[in-house]
Amino acid sequence: MPLNPKVLIPLIVIAVIGYSSIFIVNQWEQALVFKFREIQRSDDQPGLHFMLPLVNVAQKFEKRLLNLDQEPQRFITIEKKDVIVDYYAKWLITDVEKFYTATRGDVLYANGLLGQRINRALRDEFGARTVQEVVAGERTQILSVVTASTSNLPEELGITVVDVRTKRIDLPTEVSNSVYERMRAERNRVAKDFRARGSEAAERIRANADREREIILANAYRDAEIIRGEGDAQATEIYAAAYTKDEEFYSFYRSLDAYKKSFINGNDILLLEPKSDFFRYFNDSKGK
Amino acid sequence: MGWNEPPDNNKGKDPWGNRGDGDGPPDLDEIVRKMQKGIGGMFGSRPGKIGDNNSMFPFFMGLILLLMWLAFDMTYLIDQQERGVVLRFGEHVDTLEPGLNIRFPRPVEKVEKVNVGQVRSITHKALMLTQDENIVDVEVAVQWRIGDATEYLFNVYSPASTLRQVTESSVREVIGKSKLDFVLTEGRSEIAERIQSLIQETLGDYKTGIYISTAEMQPAKPPEEVKAAFDDAIKAREDEQRQVNEAEAYRNDVLPRARGGAARLREESNGYKSRIISKAEGEASRFGQLLAEYQRAPEVTRERLYLDAIESVFSNTNKVLIDNDNGNSLMYLPIDKLIEKRQNNNSRISVPDFNESTTSSSSANDIRQRLDERLRGVR
Repeated sequence: MPLNPKVLIPLIVIAVIGYSSIFIVNQWEQALVFKFREIQRSDDQPGLHFMLPLVNVAQKFEKRLLNLDQEPQRFITIEKKDVIVDYYAKWLITDVEKFYTATRGDVLYANGLLGQRINRALRDEFGARTVQEVVAGERTQILSVVTASTSNLPEELGITVVDVRTKRIDLPTEVSNSVYERMRAERNRVAKDFRARGSEAAERIRANADREREIILANAYRDAEIIRGEGDAQATEIYAAAYTKDEEFYSFYRSLDAYKKSFINGNDILLLEPKSDFFRYFNDSKGK
Repeated sequence: MGWNEPPDNNKGKDPWGNRGDGDGPPDLDEIVRKMQKGIGGMFGSRPGKIGDNNSMFPFFMGLILLLMWLAFDMTYLIDQQERGVVLRFGEHVDTLEPGLNIRFPRPVEKVEKVNVGQVRSITHKALMLTQDENIVDVEVAVQWRIGDATEYLFNVYSPASTLRQVTESSVREVIGKSKLDFVLTEGRSEIAERIQSLIQETLGDYKTGIYISTAEMQPAKPPEEVKAAFDDAIKAREDEQRQVNEAEAYRNDVLPRARGGAARLREESNGYKSRIISKAEGEASRFGQLLAEYQRAPEVTRERLYLDAIESVFSNTNKVLIDNDNGNSLMYLPIDKLIEKRQNNNSRISVPDFNESTTSSSSANDIRQRLDERLRGVR
């Protein structure tokens, strides 16, 4: 399309000038406007802003909560134990002019500075506490210490630390191993305790059962002997009553019975002389 | 290549270089040119102005495209899950609800769509220290969604990673304030609740616009290194119960047997009593009757009884009758042989013997015997 260059070139120039004289600040941003590299003003309201082309340059900064997340650090507690601490911090650019002056607006650079300050504060703080206090301690305590040691940051760097929290507090591997040892020993103690208690209870129950059995059997034996005694007594009484009627005949009768029973099994051999009363007629039919 | 390029440039620019051999594919530029004429005729078909068609046509085409693009750029379909955050020159002016929305085109207004309905989840699993300086393996699953689209966009740089950081620190803090046994056993739901409220509170402090639906804690485990010891402790608890149960079983085995044995002792003694009394009565009665007859004729009866008894004895034994009045005592008697011979054609006569208890079973005898021994052994 053959557009007339005489029209086209001014249009382009106007567009370029127009474009470079406005800038947009987003809701989450704030801007600094420089005049020949000197800070002229800060625009922290979102929307459309104007400036002089070529004279002014605008630079935008985050207004959102920024994040500091470092490599885990090794700190030493008051018991001279090493702990590995991984923390994060949240901070804001509160004074954008100071922030630019101190860091040239480089968030990474600011993170580095901030990290050093917080590390130092935490090192002091951990050095005055035991591991347990550090692990179980109130977050606000640590935060207040950090806040105190970073209280001049708004003045110096134009930033404010909003929050510092520990993500991890770990023991180094060699210390972990001794913790595992302790945990194992502790569990062994518990296990032994359970088993011993089990043996104790079992022994009690068994002994109790044995005692009851003894008592039951002894009582039964006592009763049985009493009953037998009664039986024996009654039988003896009956025998006595019967046999006292003729004691001589009883002993004769009982003796005969005993003879019969003594020779019952047939393996005995009697050596006899034919002089006894039994053989009276054996030699002499008259019996004399 | 542009469709409005001058046609005479086409020959040199054709990338395939097959132009000009006559029977190639239909010339695209030819078709385009015809279309231009046709459309041009549609718009500017005033008579006498036909000559302007070539210069006016691109302008109209541009206009149409612009309108189409505007129509496309100004309508926003917001899904039920989403909200549209409207930025006018970067400034937040409105938030669009689901449905069809018309806004100013791109350079003026921009719409950021934020999915606020979808529930997302992150998990965090780590070994961490408890209050009593033990190490525990904890896994937490957090479900979250964006509760406030504008807060989510405007307040925190990288809200999702912030959520992860907050989750990690909250889990660590809650576990760090709890004892190992509590974490491993009864504290699970309470810890999950505390974690959830701590995450929500912290995110609220940061105004991230994130809403936590749930925080679930998987059952916490002791670390691999000490798992065996922990399992053993659990086993020990079972062992304790097992030992008690075994002892109860022993008790349940022994006591009824003892009661049974006791009952047997009593019954047997009752039996003995009855037997011995009956026997006494029987024998007494027999003797009494015999005595009555004997008193009637004492001499004869006595003689008869004597002879019967001796006969019975002699008929049942080996007898050697020795008439050694002469005092000759040298006599050889092979007694052992006699006994052997007797045994070979032995016909045993068994007579019931009521003097010994033959009815009592061996087990009861055992019990009595053991009891005797024990009673003797105690003192």
